[in-house]
Amino acid sequence: MTAVITRPEALLYDGVEWDYDKIKRVYDAIEHIALKEMGLDVYPNQIEVITAEQMLDAYSSIGMPLMYKHWSFGKHFARDEMMYRKGYRGLAYEIVINSSPCISYIMEENTMTMQTLVIAHAAFGHNHFFKNNQLFQQWTDAQGILDYLEFAKTYITHCEERYGHAAVERVLDAAHALMSQGVHKYPKKRSDLRTEQRRERERQEYQDQTFNDLWRTVPKPAAGQRPAKSVSERKKLLGLPEENILYFLEKKAPRLEHWQREILRIVRHISQYFYPQKQTKVMNEGCATYVHYQIMSRLHETGQISEGAFLEFLHSHTSVVFQPEFDDKRFSGINPYALGFAMMQDIARIAETPTDEDRQWFPDLAGRGDGMAAVREAWANFRDESFVLQYLSPHLMRKLKLFSVRDDAEDPYLLVDHIHNERGYRDIRKKLARQYDLGYLEPDIQIVDVDLAGDRKLILQHRVTNGVLLDESDAKAVLRHIANLWGYEVQLIEVSAISEAILKEHAVTAPSGVGVV
Amino acid sequence: MNIIDRRLNPQGKSLANRQRFLRRAKEQVVKAVRDASGKRGIQDIENGEKVTIAAGGVREPSFHRASQGGVRDYVVPGNKEYVEGDTIQRPDGGGGGRGSEGSADGEGEDEFRFVLSRDEFLDIFLEDLELPDLVKQKVKQSEAHSLTRAGYSVSGSPANLNLVRTMRNSLSRRIALKRPKRDEIRELEEMLREAEEAGEDAAQIQALREQLEHIVLRSRRIPFIDPIDVRYNRFESVPKPIAQAVMFCLMDVSGSMTEHMKDLAKRFFMLLYLFLRRRYRSVDIVFIRHTHEAKEVDEETFFYSTETGGTVVSTALEEMQKVVQERYPDSEWNIYAAQASDGDNMSSDNAKSATLLRDVILPMCQYFAYIEVAAEHNMGLSALGRETELWRTYKQVQSPERPLAMRRVRSRREIFPVFRELFAREKAGA
Repeated sequence: MTAVITRPEALLYDGVEWDYDKIKRVYDAIEHIALKEMGLDVYPNQIEVITAEQMLDAYSSIGMPLMYKHWSFGKHFARDEMMYRKGYRGLAYEIVINSSPCISYIMEENTMTMQTLVIAHAAFGHNHFFKNNQLFQQWTDAQGILDYLEFAKTYITHCEERYGHAAVERVLDAAHALMSQGVHKYPKKRSDLRTEQRRERERQEYQDQTFNDLWRTVPKPAAGQRPAKSVSERKKLLGLPEENILYFLEKKAPRLEHWQREILRIVRHISQYFYPQKQTKVMNEGCATYVHYQIMSRLHETGQISEGAFLEFLHSHTSVVFQPEFDDKRFSGINPYALGFAMMQDIARIAETPTDEDRQWFPDLAGRGDGMAAVREAWANFRDESFVLQYLSPHLMRKLKLFSVRDDAEDPYLLVDHIHNERGYRDIRKKLARQYDLGYLEPDIQIVDVDLAGDRKLILQHRVTNGVLLDESDAKAVLRHIANLWGYEVQLIEVSAISEAILKEHAVTAPSGVGVV
Repeated sequence: MNIIDRRLNPQGKSLANRQRFLRRAKEQVVKAVRDASGKRGIQDIENGEKVTIAAGGVREPSFHRASQGGVRDYVVPGNKEYVEGDTIQRPDGGGGGRGSEGSADGEGEDEFRFVLSRDEFLDIFLEDLELPDLVKQKVKQSEAHSLTRAGYSVSGSPANLNLVRTMRNSLSRRIALKRPKRDEIRELEEMLREAEEAGEDAAQIQALREQLEHIVLRSRRIPFIDPIDVRYNRFESVPKPIAQAVMFCLMDVSGSMTEHMKDLAKRFFMLLYLFLRRRYRSVDIVFIRHTHEAKEVDEETFFYSTETGGTVVSTALEEMQKVVQERYPDSEWNIYAAQASDGDNMSSDNAKSATLLRDVILPMCQYFAYIEVAAEHNMGLSALGRETELWRTYKQVQSPERPLAMRRVRSRREIFPVFRELFAREKAGA
């Protein structure tokens, strides 16, 4: 049959220039495919056109449209801008924010095809993932985040006016250093950021109302009369051990002022907001890439975009999912886009056209038909670690030629542990999964005790696995930050997770300024 | 779906962040500049350079595992030949088999590089040293005055008459007042003559004659050049920096001069060079080092050679005298000298040095600075707790009318204050 594949009159757009009409038309076409054919479920979309400079702005402030001011964002801006100007790095084509409505930024410099790709990728791919993945559902408050950031920004500006830049900066520096130690890893209560904001106001009002200077003059019980508490009682009282260091300091640090606690709280909330994103890089990008690939292919099949546009898309798509091999100069770890996309495709393949091997490995999945449904299910229920553990197939391991290497500092050589063969599949899958397990990636550091009867020394413990200690100079710098917040001496003990033997100790003395952070 | 154009939103949202960052980085830049200036030669100091600031003050530390040590597993793609149990040579410098494990944010910390222009570099260098004040004080003394054209004046000597400007004024005045041109008069005379010859109508001739009379009168009333047209060139006497200077760096390199002392001396010379450089179009530097004999050398040898020997200060002064006679006549050059020494001298040489300094060197110098460098913990006196030989010798020579200054320096941070003291001669009450 020689039917014309592209019917020019049905093209959504022609040429590279974009305008609002074309974007609207493309959006509707994509929406139709995404919702009706692929069964995606998304937050309402808001697409914002921005310039290159605004794009730099946006991703120097960790991708958020509103952010309080801090020098580190300026630093990232300076770095990104230099890289961009010198042409070492292109700009991201898009940024998408996990909020409702879901905001996607598109750059004015993009061609129409790129805008189409970005809408498919961000406004439908990421958006669907944000809305449906259980981690995000459990942890983030898409409705509240923008308002909360607005509140955070004003609050911190307020503090700067009231207490000075330097004072606020010190707290923020310390809080940023502890950001990855500032999340609750096990869900307790879903955080609602609007309530947060309201409660902050209430706390402030309550404090203002109940402030009574007389309390200061109440005589203190003479020393020695205080009943000595047992260690376990004390720990229970302080809620120790505690791995959320920011939380502990916010609640228990004796010398912090109200506003300082509030800043810690803000940074903690933001950190918590990003925690699911950190755990789902592969899945999130894989989902968005798979969605845009499906949508673009579909647009092409139905003759809504031209051959040229499709080729332009393929060019950009393949460079995004390119995975250099380990001995390639360009290799810098596993590309989350490449792995994610490959796994999504693999899942659909197993569901639709499984081999015998697949049937053996994935008895529930193999041959059940509807690949899209299988992929959607994966998106909803996993995070990177469990996703890899569940879905990485021998087929894909062979395709990527994955192998695992053991690097033991004691040995002069690296050892090839397992390769992509019968004996290696399970092990490689387990190790790759662990590579995405934040609980394993991030050092296990907890506050274990406070010497309340003595000099109020705060004691932290790092449980060392596989003999990998903390980076010393950074650890020291972070301890200094903790000491600034805590107000007294801080000690970090690195103990072996197996033998409990003490491997190393770091200590930082109390900051000199009393009561001042 | 909403589509919003944000391009018109205020740009530069990151400005406040960038400013915060720069404020933070400033300290580091200043430090880097100071470090960099310690490493470079005196004459290079004026070139701008890439200043690398250590991650230090702009680093964002976090708890993360060290990059070395322990047991790690990586899963990497692209196996071609390996089978289980193979060993791989450890790749150097973290390339190759290094996986994505590492700091939590997965981002390495580069050092920041700022490229400072010459002026920025100097600004920071000098800001650190608070030099600008000093320049102001010194500019006054160092300038010769010369006359420079400075527009026009209505009075002046005939020699300064500006003909062009005067004629232009005259012309515009004549045009404005409608002074008849010579051609017009001639033409009218011609017409009158023709009319008379042709024997025209008397009334017409009369009219022409009156007309002629009128314009002749007019041209007489409106002079060709009026005193108000006259302009003279005006000259102003303008202070002008003297074009060239030479700086003599004299240094004792006898065994008793330690690296620390030489470093102090170098920094002092560097400041002096910078200072002169800002005032003169060209500054020459002559390095003279001496032990028991003196030699003119290049900068490298001056600061870094390890020759040693006894100390005879007068040899250096003699060498300087010789160089001045050969190459730098003091009528054309401003001569500056700085001498750095630990103060040791052969006792027998003291008298000779003093005489040389007093009678030969000081008269031809704009300024002669003697800095005595000492070990950091030394109190500035000799081992015996007395003033050094050289100090005592020079002190005899020192008098308010002689351009000689003497100071002791023990540590880097004293260099600038001392330098300033030395050159703030007016304040010091010379």
